[in-house]
Amino acid sequence: MSKITENWVIEVMGYWGRKDEFLNAPPLILLEGYGLMVRFGHTVVLEKVDIVVQAGRVVTVIGPNGAGKTTLLRVLLGLTAANSGVVRRRAGLRIGYVPQRLHVDPTLPLTVQRFLGLVPERRLVGHVLEELAITRLLDKPMQRLSGGEMQRVLLARALLGDPDLLVLDEPAQSVDIGGQGELYALIGRLRDQHGYGVLLVSHDLHLVMGATDHVICLNRHVCCTGAPALVRKNLEYIALFGREDRQEASHREKNFKSSRLCTQKVPPEGNGSING
Amino acid sequence: MDDFILHAAIAGFGVSIAAGPLGAFVVWRRMAYFGNAVSHAALLGVAIALLFHVDITTSVIGVCVGLAGLLLLLKRQNRLGDDTLLGILAHGTLSLGMVILSFLGTVRVDLMSYLFGDILAVSSFDLAWIYISGALTLIVLRGIWQPLLSSTVHEELARVEGVPVLIVQSAYTLLLAFYIAVVMKVVGMLLITALLVVPAATARRFVRTPETMAGLAAAIGAVAVTGGLGLSFVTDTPSGPTIVAVTISLFGASLLWRTRRE
Repeated sequence: MSKITENWVIEVMGYWGRKDEFLNAPPLILLEGYGLMVRFGHTVVLEKVDIVVQAGRVVTVIGPNGAGKTTLLRVLLGLTAANSGVVRRRAGLRIGYVPQRLHVDPTLPLTVQRFLGLVPERRLVGHVLEELAITRLLDKPMQRLSGGEMQRVLLARALLGDPDLLVLDEPAQSVDIGGQGELYALIGRLRDQHGYGVLLVSHDLHLVMGATDHVICLNRHVCCTGAPALVRKNLEYIALFGREDRQEASHREKNFKSSRLCTQKVPPEGNGSING
Repeated sequence: MDDFILHAAIAGFGVSIAAGPLGAFVVWRRMAYFGNAVSHAALLGVAIALLFHVDITTSVIGVCVGLAGLLLLLKRQNRLGDDTLLGILAHGTLSLGMVILSFLGTVRVDLMSYLFGDILAVSSFDLAWIYISGALTLIVLRGIWQPLLSSTVHEELARVEGVPVLIVQSAYTLLLAFYIAVVMKVVGMLLITALLVVPAATARRFVRTPETMAGLAAAIGAVAVTGGLGLSFVTDTPSGPTIVAVTISLFGASLLWRTRRE
């Protein structure tokens, strides 16, 4: 089966799980990128990447460190220009962006309330503050927030403008394990309630499995894409044979243009018997 | 009390009021060295004015704002840090200014007065300059306050939210260069660079929002100027450096005050 057909089948199977929704109304495309290529000097960071984000669906980009996940996000947000390829946004698209981290300089006095007040057009204030339980944090200086509190405040800032699309870069990085599950549950709930499209970047598929509709596995190029369950099978297959492939890959890495291998490491799960 | 002391106090007060909010952003955006670079460039402005027989104030403003523009252009290359670029520009313009002045052998230039100013020699014309440029600066700063603050907190978040980051940051840099150039000729480089940074740094420990920090910095600057002038009158010490010394003392006191409270 050719790569394209295979991707197409995975795509269709992905929709099948939500077929009622799919048949009733075709999802609205919010943001799409085609054939994206980014080069820093002579290093190719992204190669031939296609991505589509639709309203009401959660798309997760996973991949190892240095796979170009953040670069892809920056290109889609318009912060970095792609060397080739096309990015299209729906006209008037409002994006709520949650950056990976936010460091407020200690010389800058800034309470949570003042920070949230920086959003140019606030539309949903009371609702968002309640939903994220940050009403009691409003007077706290930004520099004194814990990882989890900071994440909620950043999410609140992204939501205040009532976005169509929520973009999150490694949202669970500085949150403890319990908080991570909560965070993804919250993202799923927001998607259901408001019909947001969600694009998120993670390095751990297992964390985001439950909350994701569509997964794109990235390692400079798109390795595999589809519904989470199918991608996981694909990844487990790769992990199973990964050892030889990876050695081969390190050879190929030197002239890595030909490297078509996904080196995403997948921790063993109950349903697959993988003994590294 | 003598007239010149009153003039000096009015001038110092006017400078503090504008330097407070302007200086808060100098501290937040880590641009303290920018003031020094601009004042070095001012010497080149003086030299060019003498060489081409043009108005000194105009020439100084032109060269200082030009230096800020050059800095903004070089920054876009993204190769060297701001501090390195400022070092190159500051020493480059200073040396160029000295070289040009050496060609004008017959002209005697009192460099000290250009670089260090004399707040006691402030004329009514200078006062008008200080207040007009100060008001102008505050109006522009008020206009770009919110987007500038947003892009200072997190530049990319601001860009995604539609803030014209490049325009706002460039506007601030040019505004700062303009204000330093205008005021430096009257109160001197030492006083203006100190009044930008030290009151804002002093205010930091007592405030919780950016706006109160800007306001408190202006107030601290005004107190320091008045106190410093009075002290220099009594002790017969040079006024500019005395004001700076009082400002620094207030900063030191703020450190102690904080420690005692905690």
